[in-house]
Amino acid sequence: MNILAYLIPISVFLGAVGLAFFVYTVRSRQYDDPEGDARRILSDEYDDHPKP
Amino acid sequence: MNTAARPSACPACSAAPAAEDLAARAPQKNARIALSLPTIHCAGCITTVEKGLSAHPGVHSARVNLTLKRASVEADPDVTAEDLTGVLDRLGYEAHELDAGTLSATETDRAGRDLMMRLAVAGFASMNVMLLSIAVWSGAEGVTRDLFHWVSAAIALPAIAFSAQPFFRNAWAALSAGRLNMDVPISLAILLAVVTSLWETSLSGEHAYFDAAIALTFFLLAGRFLDHRTRAVARSAAEELAALEVPRALRVRDDGGTEQVAIAELAAGDLVLVRPGGRMPVDGEIVEGASELDRSLLTGETLPVRAQPGMAVSAGEVNLTGPLTVRATAVGEESSLHRMAELVAVAESGRSRYTSLADKAAKLYAPGVHILAALSFAGWLLWSGDLRISLNIAAAVLIITCPCALGLAVPAVTTAASGRLFRKGLLIKNATALERLAQVDTVVLDKTGTLTAGTPVLTNLDAHEGQDLGLALALAEGSAHPLSRALAEAARAAGVKPAPGIEALAEVPGHGTEARWQGRRVRLGRADWVGAETGVTTAAWLSIEGRDPVAFTFTDRLREGAEAAVDALRADGMRILLFSGDSAAPVRDLADRLGIAEWAAGMRPEDKAARVEALSAEGARVLMIGDGLNDTAALAAAHASISPASALDAARVASDIVLLGGNLEPVADAIAVARSATKRIHENFSLATIYNVIAVPIAVIGWATPLVAALAMSASSITVSLNALRLRGRS
Repeated sequence: MNILAYLIPISVFLGAVGLAFFVYTVRSRQYDDPEGDARRILSDEYDDHPKP
Repeated sequence: MNTAARPSACPACSAAPAAEDLAARAPQKNARIALSLPTIHCAGCITTVEKGLSAHPGVHSARVNLTLKRASVEADPDVTAEDLTGVLDRLGYEAHELDAGTLSATETDRAGRDLMMRLAVAGFASMNVMLLSIAVWSGAEGVTRDLFHWVSAAIALPAIAFSAQPFFRNAWAALSAGRLNMDVPISLAILLAVVTSLWETSLSGEHAYFDAAIALTFFLLAGRFLDHRTRAVARSAAEELAALEVPRALRVRDDGGTEQVAIAELAAGDLVLVRPGGRMPVDGEIVEGASELDRSLLTGETLPVRAQPGMAVSAGEVNLTGPLTVRATAVGEESSLHRMAELVAVAESGRSRYTSLADKAAKLYAPGVHILAALSFAGWLLWSGDLRISLNIAAAVLIITCPCALGLAVPAVTTAASGRLFRKGLLIKNATALERLAQVDTVVLDKTGTLTAGTPVLTNLDAHEGQDLGLALALAEGSAHPLSRALAEAARAAGVKPAPGIEALAEVPGHGTEARWQGRRVRLGRADWVGAETGVTTAAWLSIEGRDPVAFTFTDRLREGAEAAVDALRADGMRILLFSGDSAAPVRDLADRLGIAEWAAGMRPEDKAARVEALSAEGARVLMIGDGLNDTAALAAAHASISPASALDAARVASDIVLLGGNLEPVADAIAVARSATKRIHENFSLATIYNVIAVPIAVIGWATPLVAALAMSASSITVSLNALRLRGRS
């Protein structure tokens, strides 16, 4: 069962990475225009020069 | 497309980074222009609009928000919104300027993002703790179980400390005011669960409720978040309506020229030029010009009033024919529009007495739960004498009684119902509006602008000879007055040709149009101008020199869906009343047409509010539907209120529900949906109660393990949410 000593921190760490990423998406206001973002991805306009 | 470096995925909506970026590049202040784009709908539209706007000289960046159907533009200070709406017009998109100052509040929806963050943290923590708990439930023992409990505690404690803050804060606020609300048992359950679990874990105990405490936080936050989201959508749409009226006025400078200024900058004594079709920005006195004024939004009367120098005008009146110069006597807060706010405040104090279903449930629930938990604690302490077991039981009772189903019962339903009504064009502004709307049994309607569309239609086309019609058409086409336009439209539709030989056609502002025909003077205009007696119905008179004048009478066109709405309301068994500030004849006419038996005409704003209050005193639950300033106090006094989007700002603010679009028909649907929503809320409360009736005895006799608690909590929350979604399915 000693493996738990590694596995639990690893799994919690991975979860925390996901949470931190979500926090980043909220902070950069990526949920302000869900409908527009869903449509924008269909446009080929940014294929060569991605909109930063 | 503008490919300037952008710091984030949505820079135009994120004012801060964009502003920093621009501040670094250009020291001068750039204009931020917000545009409403009601017709935008596709990926292609986004590209076209953004490209078109960016191509306009002076525009730095343009960003479309498709969810809000808005575009925000960063541009040089000399770029005006008119330039940009022109650009979009040529591209084939309808665009309206929005007042950026009014909108600023929505852009930084701090509370919403704050809740989302807490929800995310609670969700993350509850998933991890739940995983660990499953290992414990599956039979982990001894050191492993203790380790898992400690890891759970390490995740759950900081997560709860962060995520559950809104509950703790609300509970503290309620307790310090000496009241009990739903947040008190919630906070107590979370805190007691955490404390007993820590104690249990430190003694290597079997049961720890960290998973329950964090899952409870998560479910309840989800309810709060839904609730907030629903209201934020409505608030943002309501703000957009307000922002559409950009408060600007044309001030006459000392040298005789005019300049466009914000209304807030006007001072008493300033001269303001009001063009035909414009709305009076201030209260004042006419110093120059002649015209007619449409006062229907303020008083409900449909007959235009003659305007001449020396006459007092009120903010909100619409200038019809000629340009007017007005000397401001009262501006902003002092103007008659704003004085109405006092009446509204008085009337609203009555409505705030309404207790929502959730509050009623909390009143029953909170003390019940506390007494139950305290009793089981005392009972077990007396029977077993073991403080640890007793505390465990009390925590289990508090968790099992699961306020999360109750916390979700209302928001889940209101979210579903508001979403459905929003698609039908109804904006629910107030949290308890649906509940109040469901109780309505009496409907009070306003006439002008609510049941009628505010546009006149000719009624007696057949009563005139061909020659008169031809002359009237020729004269009417020389004016932009609403009556002239209605006359011309009706005559054209009937195949009438304008009479030939019309000479020297001229509009006389405030009177009508005049011309010479076959050597005779012909006039189309007000009764007193052509020498006829002013009647009670709206009319334009045609006079040919040497003959008696003839009248063209008009009636206000019914708003689309008005008949259907009144019929549906009557079929629902509602008592329908019509209160209008207009004169008796047109009101009686309309009441007859719609089959409304009870009507009153010539009512002043105070009369309307007083009648609504009298009806309420008789025990009626009144729904007021109105649009004008004269309805504002009545809207606020009624049990529930609806105003169309075309209403004055003050009326929209005073009402609970705003009707987007011109059709009145959804009103009847709204009441049906509201009733169905209230039914669902009651069902949800019953469901939550049934769960408690089954689960509480289990908890009290001490059989409730953390597994049972988790199952009961999740099952009741999910049932309640699913029941709320059933509302969406029916039409």
